[in-house]
Amino acid sequence: MSDVPISGVRAADLAGKSPGGNSFADHPLVQLTLVRFREFVREPEALFWVFVFPILLAAGLGIAFRNRPADVLQIAVVSPDLAQSLRQEKLLDVHPLELPAAEEELRTGKVALLAEHGPGGAVVFRYDDTNPEGRAARLLADRAIQRAAGRVDPVSSSDELVREPGSRYIDFLIPGLLGMNLMGSAMWSIGFAIVDARRKKLLKRLVASPMPRAYYLLSFLLSRMALLVIEVAALVGFGALLFHVPVRGSLLELGLLCVLGSLSFCALGLLLASRAKTIEAASGLMNVVMMPMWIASGVFFSSQKFPDAMQPFLKALPLTALIDALRASMLQGAHLGQMISQVAIMLCWMVVCFGLALKLFRWR
Amino acid sequence: MPQIAAQSALRIRQLLKAYKDVVAVDGLELEVHAGECFGLLGPNGAGKTTTVEICEGLTEPDSGDIEVLGRTWTSNAAQLRQRLGIQLQDTQLSEKLTVLETVRLFRSFFRQGEPAAGVIARVQLEEKQNSRVGELSGGQKQRLALACALVGDPDFLFLDEPTTGLDPQARHQLWELIEEFKRSGRTILLTTHYMDEAERLCDRVAIMDHGKVIALGTPRELIATHCTEQLVEFMAGGSGKNLDVPALRAVAGVRDVRTENGAVLLQVSELHTAVPALLAELARQNVPLTELRTHSATLEDVFVTLTGRHLRDE
Repeated sequence: MSDVPISGVRAADLAGKSPGGNSFADHPLVQLTLVRFREFVREPEALFWVFVFPILLAAGLGIAFRNRPADVLQIAVVSPDLAQSLRQEKLLDVHPLELPAAEEELRTGKVALLAEHGPGGAVVFRYDDTNPEGRAARLLADRAIQRAAGRVDPVSSSDELVREPGSRYIDFLIPGLLGMNLMGSAMWSIGFAIVDARRKKLLKRLVASPMPRAYYLLSFLLSRMALLVIEVAALVGFGALLFHVPVRGSLLELGLLCVLGSLSFCALGLLLASRAKTIEAASGLMNVVMMPMWIASGVFFSSQKFPDAMQPFLKALPLTALIDALRASMLQGAHLGQMISQVAIMLCWMVVCFGLALKLFRWR
Repeated sequence: MPQIAAQSALRIRQLLKAYKDVVAVDGLELEVHAGECFGLLGPNGAGKTTTVEICEGLTEPDSGDIEVLGRTWTSNAAQLRQRLGIQLQDTQLSEKLTVLETVRLFRSFFRQGEPAAGVIARVQLEEKQNSRVGELSGGQKQRLALACALVGDPDFLFLDEPTTGLDPQARHQLWELIEEFKRSGRTILLTTHYMDEAERLCDRVAIMDHGKVIALGTPRELIATHCTEQLVEFMAGGSGKNLDVPALRAVAGVRDVRTENGAVLLQVSELHTAVPALLAELARQNVPLTELRTHSATLEDVFVTLTGRHLRDE
């Protein structure tokens, strides 16, 4: 069979291709990418964190912070004539009570305000001025009593109610969660898989074979891009269908932003995984890098809440750039041209991290 | 070039590799002929794995020349990778993939070789081909690792401690597979610290210690050169009859006499003359024989003779 073992020329070589092989499916890049999918799909925890968790989080927060119809404020009243006047105000729910009971309700927060007669026909409001409900109840109660006593407002006014999608908390939240999810899935999927393969000496085994090394890294990017479509569609679709979160910018540009963001986090993940030999070391590194961004990049609340001196640093973080761009696109319908700086920041992170990672990367 | 290579599958000259404070390989010289199964033996830390990984192009040597299949790693790495089958010490293949998926992945890296299913059949894992790697036994995992090494129809197979940690049955099964590959006339470089494995599989053996080859030859040659070939162990006497041990030295063919825990150990050159002579001597002394055992000297005995240590001592 092998009388010419060295020349390496055998019938199979001359035939060019393996017998009976499906040449597309048997391309190393295809096989490597399939492995990535198989490993991902066969890890139920990963499926949960990537697809289910962000949606549960969005649902939970969306329900907790939903815009309710204007609240009716609870107030306690100890004089029946005051109660009469206050009932004219539809936004107040008046509880006529004896004084001790009324004080008890105020103390325990069941009512926001207590109204009683003071000396000489005056009205006394008791409430906590640090509680916005207390202040609002005072304004409403005072207006109702004054009007009942015959006051006529010198300037007439009317209300026009604006409850538009795009300015609610859920609208703010969905792009934030999308950015956070893109960061987490890119960094974990690359970082964890590579460090695990290094720890198991699988990386070493792969480079001992004729596997083209670039294909190995490329397979991560390809599988990430494919999963990203599902991930983005699930979260944005969920927001749009259940909470009517707007997607005002072009879908193509939104997709491009997601791809760019994901690639820059892939690069960052690859960099963090370039040397680490244990999962613990890699997890530590990842958490150190991701934690500040979870807090300061504006996932759950605006990064503007941090002091001005920190703003340039926060803006330079890849997650801040991604989330700002996603919000601008989805909520304001901004074009790519209006987010040059965010795009540039993400590109910078991507190029620098990939460059460093390829330089530092160890296969063993 | 091919002509030189046709005789020599691997040639190592003046190989040197040091890690921070340990010299792992210290001026190693070695040649493996094409078509032979060559064993690299030695205790843990002797430098076997470092040597093999340098030959596999995974570790950069500090100095020295390596020629594998007539090529060097510096100029022919890509072609060389296609021609080598490699099984590393304790690689854990991905547990979530099936056997077939794993072999197919490795098959995709090679330009030649039979389809994945055929290689799986060769290592007798057909029944497990749709099982996850994580569900395989230790022996099955090693056979899968062997399949991944064989998948490119290699000219040269590197096996680094292929049966370490396996039960006897799994070891025998793996040995049969390696022998089958050997019969196809291709070259194998095998490291092991099991002497029985080397004696069974290897045409020639190099014993390594402290990064150097301390003995080289066929297993029989090594045993013949470094050890007396046979050992006789017996117990005799009791019930007041005492054995005259020094007198045993005069028995024909006996080279050395030792006593160990009440038993007597004789090193003899030829069993068929020494044993009858021993029995005659015991009869002369009128001491009854209570136990008699003989065993052939092994590579283990060679190693002990050469270094004064046992192979598996740390």
